[in-house]
Amino acid sequence: MNRRSSIVKTIITMLLSLLAILMLAPIVISFTNSLMSEQEIGSNYDLIGQMAVDAASGKDAFVNMKIIPDWVSFEQYAKVLIATPTYLRLFWNSVYLVTFIIGGQVIVAALAAYAFGKLRFRGRDKLFFIYLMTMLMPFQVTLVPNYIIADKFQLLNSAGAIILPGIFGAFGVFMLRQFIKTLPNDYIEAATIDGLGHWSIFLRIIVPLVKPGFAALIVLLFVDYWNMVEQPLIFLDDDYKQPLSVYLSVIQEEAMGVGFAASVLYMIPMVLLFLYAETHFVQGVQMSGIKG
Amino acid sequence: MRFRKRAIKHSYIAVCFLAPSAIGFSVFYLIPFAMGVIYSFTKGASAGSFVGFANYQDLLASDSFRKAAMNTALFTSISVPITIVISLLIALMLNQNIYLRNWLRTAYVLPLVVPVASVVLIWQILFDWNGAINSWLSNFAVERIDWMKSEWARVVLSVVYAWKNVGYNVILFLAGLQGIPKDYYETANLEGAGVYRQFTQITLVYLTPTMFFVALMALVSSFRIFRETYLIAGDYPHDSIYMLQHYMNNMFLSLDVQKLTSAATLMVACMVIIVFVMFSLERRFSSFTE
Repeated sequence: MNRRSSIVKTIITMLLSLLAILMLAPIVISFTNSLMSEQEIGSNYDLIGQMAVDAASGKDAFVNMKIIPDWVSFEQYAKVLIATPTYLRLFWNSVYLVTFIIGGQVIVAALAAYAFGKLRFRGRDKLFFIYLMTMLMPFQVTLVPNYIIADKFQLLNSAGAIILPGIFGAFGVFMLRQFIKTLPNDYIEAATIDGLGHWSIFLRIIVPLVKPGFAALIVLLFVDYWNMVEQPLIFLDDDYKQPLSVYLSVIQEEAMGVGFAASVLYMIPMVLLFLYAETHFVQGVQMSGIKG
Repeated sequence: MRFRKRAIKHSYIAVCFLAPSAIGFSVFYLIPFAMGVIYSFTKGASAGSFVGFANYQDLLASDSFRKAAMNTALFTSISVPITIVISLLIALMLNQNIYLRNWLRTAYVLPLVVPVASVVLIWQILFDWNGAINSWLSNFAVERIDWMKSEWARVVLSVVYAWKNVGYNVILFLAGLQGIPKDYYETANLEGAGVYRQFTQITLVYLTPTMFFVALMALVSSFRIFRETYLIAGDYPHDSIYMLQHYMNNMFLSLDVQKLTSAATLMVACMVIIVFVMFSLERRFSSFTE
């Protein structure tokens, strides 16, 4: 029995490892390809986007996706970092937008989430349902009126048009409310008996306990806004104000090799943040799913 | 009496905690949405006259809207559930105390945090007419497939979606699975219930609340797929992956406010219904198990 189950375990592990390799492949290939010289990239991927199919030449008419570079070179990275000043400028734009959105949303959402999760007031569940629906809506739903409002506040073509709606996004409220709801009420009752007000309860009891929730929220918001495409395309006219998520495709089209290096540099902050916060992130996501 | 007093006090405090969020939320989401609903019943964006459901009639008559709505509905009703099932299978396997468990979990979640724009090049290389997948297929004498410019684009999009979102679902399912008391299975074993029975009568039943939550989050992420589509295929992708978001974006660019707002209102109405049904199903279900 025991031997059989360890064989089953080995088979499942192998199966899942294979799947994991497939999942990681796009990331790994991006990385290794970023270490190829422009010449090698050119000879491998020249055929991308070309319709001509030459039946006679057969196999040669395909791209040659390679994992290991013939020759490791940091040429592309040098080009991105030194020869393309726009890259750093736009990278900074991304950092700047994301930092303000996350910082703002975490604070605003934590306050509201405490009210939704632990306080009793009229219309609470209805209001929360409205937040929930907003969270589900794609950005395009409120495109026109948002544009008009941004125009009224003179936010068009400025970072504010992206940061302000970002700060008040419903996702943080939802996520943290789910988390706060799972915290036992005893803590709050005990604190109330000790004479603590809600403000001190929030700061001294709730905030420290919600740490995994914050970690999960920060990672998920980072994922969302580091990736944003729709908002900057609509609200920002000037190229130099765009975040990298939009502009990366322009770099990629200009020169594929540089594109790979730029892509890898762009994913590094995300990946590092995730690996750093992984334990808390997983715990936070899992706790948010416990109570409906 | 005392209780009543406390409830009133709560309302006052709740307002303080809610105010920053509620004000910003109203200005940037609620009011815009209400404005959108009003626009959808008028002619012309500024001070237009009330036209009833005329915009909706136009909208429903429009081929590109019907196509976009159909594609969105197909994606949410087929690709998303398939992804959820795959995630559940992976979670079930991961839950078997296998080797390398945490490493594997990390590997599945990692695609979630990789920026869409960063892997677009890889998707292009894989799914191009001259791309890597066609190249491998040609080794088995399979004809080339024009992945991005045929019905296959749906499959490509589903794969890209699954790649990114499986990990998040797996984490949620793992929590759900670990929440099922072990002795349920032990009792079932003693009573001679087989693996299949245990799965349907214990695992699936106790996993249902998690399932609802996963479905909700998957609905959110399914609308994010627009980014991938946009970055891979641009404003006007192949017909089969032309989504409601493309439609709304393009209506915005062509300044057709009526069509855009009525499409948005219709979409939200459908989603309210879906979520409402999901919630009442869940409520009925949880009253069953308790």
